[in-house]
Amino acid sequence: MNILVCISVVPDTTSKINFTESNTKFDRNGVTFIINPLDEFCLTKAIFIKESLGANVTVLNVGTPENDSVLRKALAIGADNAIRINSQSNNSLSVAKLMANYIRSKEYDIIFCGKESIDYNGGKVPGFLSSMLSIPFINACVGLDFENEFLITKNEIDDGIQVCKCQKPIIIAGQKGLVQEKDLRIPSMRGIMTARTKPLEVINTENEVKSNIRTISFELPEQKSLCKMIEPENVNELIDLLQNEAKVL
Amino acid sequence: MSVIVFAETWNKKFKKSSFEAVSYASEVAKNMDLKTIAIVVGGSEDLKTLEKYGANKILSIDNIELEKLNNNQLSKLIINIFLKNNGKTLILSNTNRGKNINSQLAYEIKADLITNAIATPKNYNPIHIKCKAFSSKAFILYECKSEKNVISILPNSIGLQENLVTSEIENFSEETIEDNTINIIEKQKNSNQISLTDADIVISGGRGLKGPENWTMIEELANLLNAGTACSKPVSDMNWRPHSEHVGQTGIAINPNLYIAIGISGAIQHLAGVSSSKKIVVINTDPEAPFFKAADYGIIGDAFEVVPKMIEEIKKIKNL
Repeated sequence: MNILVCISVVPDTTSKINFTESNTKFDRNGVTFIINPLDEFCLTKAIFIKESLGANVTVLNVGTPENDSVLRKALAIGADNAIRINSQSNNSLSVAKLMANYIRSKEYDIIFCGKESIDYNGGKVPGFLSSMLSIPFINACVGLDFENEFLITKNEIDDGIQVCKCQKPIIIAGQKGLVQEKDLRIPSMRGIMTARTKPLEVINTENEVKSNIRTISFELPEQKSLCKMIEPENVNELIDLLQNEAKVL
Repeated sequence: MSVIVFAETWNKKFKKSSFEAVSYASEVAKNMDLKTIAIVVGGSEDLKTLEKYGANKILSIDNIELEKLNNNQLSKLIINIFLKNNGKTLILSNTNRGKNINSQLAYEIKADLITNAIATPKNYNPIHIKCKAFSSKAFILYECKSEKNVISILPNSIGLQENLVTSEIENFSEETIEDNTINIIEKQKNSNQISLTDADIVISGGRGLKGPENWTMIEELANLLNAGTACSKPVSDMNWRPHSEHVGQTGIAINPNLYIAIGISGAIQHLAGVSSSKKIVVINTDPEAPFFKAADYGIIGDAFEVVPKMIEEIKKIKNL
């Protein structure tokens, strides 16, 4: 079985977000970059499948050489090889097109993507890939099992969980639930050593796709005014504030 | 041309987010000098209510059950109707179902896709829209230059604007596209009555509640306020509560009018899912809990004393 895990490289969860050039550029200064946490659940699931059923796991990223250290980490966790499509693209449509061009030349049974990245939160790439490649996709996937040649998936819907029987190939937009948080792996020393010799292929491309969507500016949320503290014996005061000041009750 | 809105139903009823999408669409249509057309798949008991939010025309496809369509079949169905009605802008909610189809829709109709929109456009030619990003730590203002666009709006962020019109209702049948790649075999409904993304008020509990048996008071408070119930990550990891209630970075993101956090310290991963709530109340025994910095109202105190008092006070104002 061939499994592809699409990875985006995002600011660490605890990063303070700042912007420069009059709020038109994301400030990378002092920010640590990590595997998008939702992609990491997918990567771990792919490695579980590899260990239980046997599979070749490739990780794919669209980005600049700065992302290579994150790809090495994915190899250290257990992926077999990594591909980076060398590009500065930062819009979902372009990233998806570059990925689709690569995927078309290969055969994968399962293509994993996180359901969204924790920076831009667009959640667009898996659906775009699905349209571009005419491969069906399951969004917000929280469970994946095998039944003969079929896949049994569980995905979140607005009032519960939906269980589907799917053909391969399939695109899985995953999240926590595919594996649990405690299942996520920290690279071992041995993993880190072997990752150095695993292939990390860089593909250069000139097929940048222009998007008609442009970022005009970024904005930070308004600073909250100081929290109003209420004594635990005056709960009635809280209810009064919620009713008459905040007007939310 | 027209502004088309997909008015989602759950068990043949509209949820608040569908009304929100229709009122958003009618605001956009007004500014573009176009008509608003609402698409309803599988019929609805309360079709007429869309009038109140400005749907000039309601297209109700009665022969197809929404729940039985996979995302591919649903997006193809909507694309057909969008093209037949000469659509310019397509509006939908960024609910799970919306997210299942929005990128396929945008790609097929060659439209710009904006997800997580939190306001109506600031400018119409070209369109400028503000969206949530960086897990609620920032906003982005986007410009879209394509002739067509798909706007997926964050539930609970715009609110309901009434705009009464007289709707023309058209009931008809459509063919479903054959698609065996994904077969829905089962649905497991959540036990909670109120959908978290739709709820105006959410009561959330953390490890400070000490055990799943102590959720009775959370549920009682939620019932009184017609609120949804949520929990922090450790609580769902320990299986005190189902994963569907986990709000935060790896759970779901919500933005209710009021979020009451009980016994939750407020780690940054938790805030990522709730910080865009309009008002936040934090109840925690630890005065150093970081959540107080993100809160509007705080009580340093024991949940087991404060929550029963809240229940009592709310019963008073509700005359119960």
